[in-house]
Amino acid sequence: MLRRIAVVGASLAGWHAATTLRREGFDGELTVIGAEAEPPYDRPPLSKAFLATGDENKVALAGVADRESLGITWRLGRRATGLRLAERTVGLDDGSEVAFDGLVLAGGADVRTLPSLPVGDGVHALRTLADARALRADLDRRPGPVLVVGAGFIGAEVAATCREAGRDVVLVEAAAVPLERAVGAEIGAVCGALHRDHGVDLRLGTAVVGRDASGAVALGDGTTVDAAVVVVGVGVSPATGWLEGSGLTIDDGVVCDGTGLAAPGVVAAGDIARWPNALFFGDSMRVEHWDNAIDMGAFVARRLLAGDDWDPAEVFAPVPWFWSDQYDRKLQMAGRATGADQMQIAGGTLEERRFVALYGRAGRLVAAFGMNRPRHIVQSRGLIARSCPWDEARELAAAWT
Amino acid sequence: MGWRVVVDMDLCESNAVCMAVLPEVFEVRDDDLLYVLDETPPDSMRAKAEEAVARCPKQAIAIVEA
Ligand SMILES: Cc1cc2nc3c(=O)[nH]c(=O)nc-3n(C[C@H](O)[C@H](O)[C@H](O)COP(=O)(O)OP(=O)(O)OC[C@H]3O[C@@H](n4cnc5c(N)ncnc54)[C@H](O)[C@@H]3O)c2cc1C
Ligand code: SF4
Repeated sequence: MLRRIAVVGASLAGWHAATTLRREGFDGELTVIGAEAEPPYDRPPLSKAFLATGDENKVALAGVADRESLGITWRLGRRATGLRLAERTVGLDDGSEVAFDGLVLAGGADVRTLPSLPVGDGVHALRTLADARALRADLDRRPGPVLVVGAGFIGAEVAATCREAGRDVVLVEAAAVPLERAVGAEIGAVCGALHRDHGVDLRLGTAVVGRDASGAVALGDGTTVDAAVVVVGVGVSPATGWLEGSGLTIDDGVVCDGTGLAAPGVVAAGDIARWPNALFFGDSMRVEHWDNAIDMGAFVARRLLAGDDWDPAEVFAPVPWFWSDQYDRKLQMAGRATGADQMQIAGGTLEERRFVALYGRAGRLVAAFGMNRPRHIVQSRGLIARSCPWDEARELAAAWT
Repeated sequence: MGWRVVVDMDLCESNAVCMAVLPEVFEVRDDDLLYVLDETPPDSMRAKAEEAVARCPKQAIAIVEA
């Protein structure tokens, strides 16, 4: 019987884990520890509606307003600094300790920065509400061009939001094609072209060298960009620093089994968790998507409560899914294109910027990327979930107009 | 007790997440708009409807007790 459960990370995965624990009938002590001062909020709007409007209602997460009714001890603005697995305690940065029988690791990911471009004096990273507030304030204060470094999904959204606000935008990407690892070169090129369609100065295959005293940013191709505001969007890394040496296996995330269990009585969920996904050939995955944090947070809460009674055959094997809003386009992806050996365009054309790209691997549909084709992405997701043969998926998709 | 599914169309961005959860009630059509097929689904769909509420990235769906 678990009497005390601690959740480290008061964001999407932690919130859904905690609320699921209560919904599933856990009535013991529940402590949620979160390094940020804010109660759980929604991150995706930080690069979209919040950045565009500054309206903090946009980041409200459903149910959080009633968080005091759940009998949770909230330790917000407090960071967990050490895990003593044998003693079953988590040490916090104020020197206090939280004892637990069950632990949920939901610390997400920390934003990466560039040594050549330290944050401050007009240079921003974007992960938290505090980051987004600072970025907005600086955009208001400093008129002029915006330089976005990194054309991943978040960099691309910031570029799009700034462009739509009428700013000149330079988007720099070190790779020759944006998003190549996620969607392949052909579709990555379309994602890049979307920015050029909207007047973004997209510079591919060039990295940032540094910034001079006047604030100008030097690029590897010898040019300089004189930007009023710089946003660094070069990805995130799982927030596992405090778990090194704890006895848990850390390898680009907290390594879990197929059920989200990292050690007896310890589960992980969301951006921090790495686990083998049975649906994708048992590939080890770490998924940095909103939907996964919800799904896995709820799943591991049930897993934790069940303890040894859990049926080991019930594994966490979802079809990852995410969206990204850029200009008037909805980009969505279901599944994983990693290792894909086939690709097919359906439901439109690349030129219209309205299409689905299907990806096959070993004779199966494994991923679908869509631009303004939400319905077909939902359908694809269902097909991927049932390991639909590639030829059948192609035939079905041929009817998508 | 009856209940109803209500979608705030000003918030909805037709990403069809709800359709993945409960296709009997939510449908995004070719025009890329969301249609609520059944505003008063049977109680057997209540849990799924609640899941759709939680999963909607725009928090556009509400369940209203009639
Ligand atoms: C700007 C932006 C836009 C995004 N847009 C999209 C999108 O359009 N679609 C999509 O699918 N996904 C998007 N995402 C990704 C999505 O927000 C994440 O996948 C999701 O937030 C992951 O939730 P999480 O709870 O696992 O981790 P996080 O949200 O990272 O939360 C982890 C929390 O744990 C805290 N924490 C970490 N370590 C400790 C510690 N030691 N002690 C105490 N607290 C700790 C952190 O401070 C943080 O508050 C976006 C992310 C960002 C930043
Ligand atoms: S999930 Fe929400 S935003 Fe998406 S189609 Fe349904 S109601 Fe609209």
